[in-house]
Amino acid sequence: MSAPVALIDCNNYYVSCERAFDASLVGVPVIILSNNDGCAIARSGEAKALGVKMGDPVHLIRDKIRQHGIRVLSSNYALYGDMQRRVVAAIEPFARDFEIYSIDETFVDFAGFEHLDLAAHSRAMCAQVRQWTTIPTCVGIASTKTLAKLANAAAKKNPTFDGVADLRDEDLCRWVLDQFDVDDVWGVGRATAAKLAGLDICTAGQLRDMALKQARAIGGVVLERLVAELRGVPACAIETVEPQRKGMAVTRSFGTPVTDMDMLMGAVAQYAMRAGEKLRQHGLVAGRLTVFFHTNRHKQDQPQYSATRTLSMQPMTNDGLMLLAYARRGIESAWREGYGITKAGVMLEDLIDADRRPRTLFEDDSGRRDRLMVAMDQVNMRFGTFAAVPASQGFKREWAARSDSKSPNYTTRIAEVPAVKAR
Amino acid sequence: MAYLMFEPIPICLAMPDLPLLLVSLPAGFPSPAQDDMEEPINLADWLVEHPAASYIMRVDGYSMTGAGITDGDLIIVSRAKKPISGHIVVAMVHGDRTLKRLKRRDGRFWLVPEADGFPDIIVDEYVEIWGVVVGLARKYG
Repeated sequence: MSAPVALIDCNNYYVSCERAFDASLVGVPVIILSNNDGCAIARSGEAKALGVKMGDPVHLIRDKIRQHGIRVLSSNYALYGDMQRRVVAAIEPFARDFEIYSIDETFVDFAGFEHLDLAAHSRAMCAQVRQWTTIPTCVGIASTKTLAKLANAAAKKNPTFDGVADLRDEDLCRWVLDQFDVDDVWGVGRATAAKLAGLDICTAGQLRDMALKQARAIGGVVLERLVAELRGVPACAIETVEPQRKGMAVTRSFGTPVTDMDMLMGAVAQYAMRAGEKLRQHGLVAGRLTVFFHTNRHKQDQPQYSATRTLSMQPMTNDGLMLLAYARRGIESAWREGYGITKAGVMLEDLIDADRRPRTLFEDDSGRRDRLMVAMDQVNMRFGTFAAVPASQGFKREWAARSDSKSPNYTTRIAEVPAVKAR
Repeated sequence: MAYLMFEPIPICLAMPDLPLLLVSLPAGFPSPAQDDMEEPINLADWLVEHPAASYIMRVDGYSMTGAGITDGDLIIVSRAKKPISGHIVVAMVHGDRTLKRLKRRDGRFWLVPEADGFPDIIVDEYVEIWGVVVGLARKYG
């Protein structure tokens, strides 16, 4: 049996962040809009109940908004990024290691914690997150990431789990897998689901029982790995599936602490390039980049530092060099000497199809840029360094995205901190 | 500007160029104190002991002047500290964020202002203690 892994996922994350500082949003339907206020990218439970769907363009649901008094907010990624830093800090003492998967999802490695009642342990972890941040979470525990993701969905969906589902119990796992459709399984797309339906494979349980060879023939290595993971065999399936629209992250721990900014930059450059590759592979562009790094929080006797910087990218891009330039800015602004950094990562949010990307005025010919990228990739591959990136790489045309109803940056700007009445 | 760098919580209150040890260097001799140079004082680190669970808020009003907290002050509010009677707390009262001292009186909890002319508020189901005030920052301009 492999070590237990858990996925902790924040409930309605963006809405929960807003509610932490604006009590008038509690108990009413709330939606949060994407970059440029185009469509709904987060919904409160009340808004979901009113039938607002993920990605609904706001101009098509104006009537519904008026009729039900739905509160509509622009996204405030600075707030969500800062709250995530807090969520992760609350999670850390409860796990051996963790891996941020997206802005609201973190995998935690429970290796070495098996002797504990992991459900109770997880509830304590959720309580800690809620205490520090006010944000509600659910946890799914299993032997693989794919199962942990399903466990989490079960914990969210079914109130009898009380926020924590542990699928290491075989009977429970079987029961849960029969409850979910194949396309609820992370990484099973619509096309694959249709092919599977043709073979009478409709539930996650049936998918688990499919022959590996057949899975490979239908859905390639991704599906084969997913089936293995549904059987409880870790197969790195998550790393190969398409990034969710909410975002994706590339993070690593360092073997030895990094104390030099250039070394950190080198590592982060790789993550940025890798993230760019992954976006291009799936035909997506990103509107936001977050770069973060921190010291080992399990070594409290050593100086602690943790930094997160979120940058808005205009135009939206999947160009590795652009991502790298943004990441570099983030690191330059956040770097402080004298700390041993043991973990760093790059996160991309606000993902849309590359061909639906909003064009900005006077945009450079991106074809040339793409060819440059390929050339740079090859150069970098050959010399194994990203030092060749021109520091002067300009972003001359910067327009602020539309965000008409953005909440204040409650936690990151001194002029916008919440007011407390002393009246 | 689209590319704003967002500083997480620490307000940089440090005086970055003021080292703790000012040694005059006799010409020709290496300073015996060189190895004892320290980082400048970082007030933010000192004020905010628990950055992941602390929030900075601005005080609006005069009901806590008796406790030395006045209009425009910045307070550091911790959600990692358990509120007990005697703590100054931020509480949500019918959805309003308010600053008071928490006091236990005759078996009930009360939110008590520290200035004349403001009412006590009983802690009931419409009141939630949001966090405990653990620090105060003020600039004189």
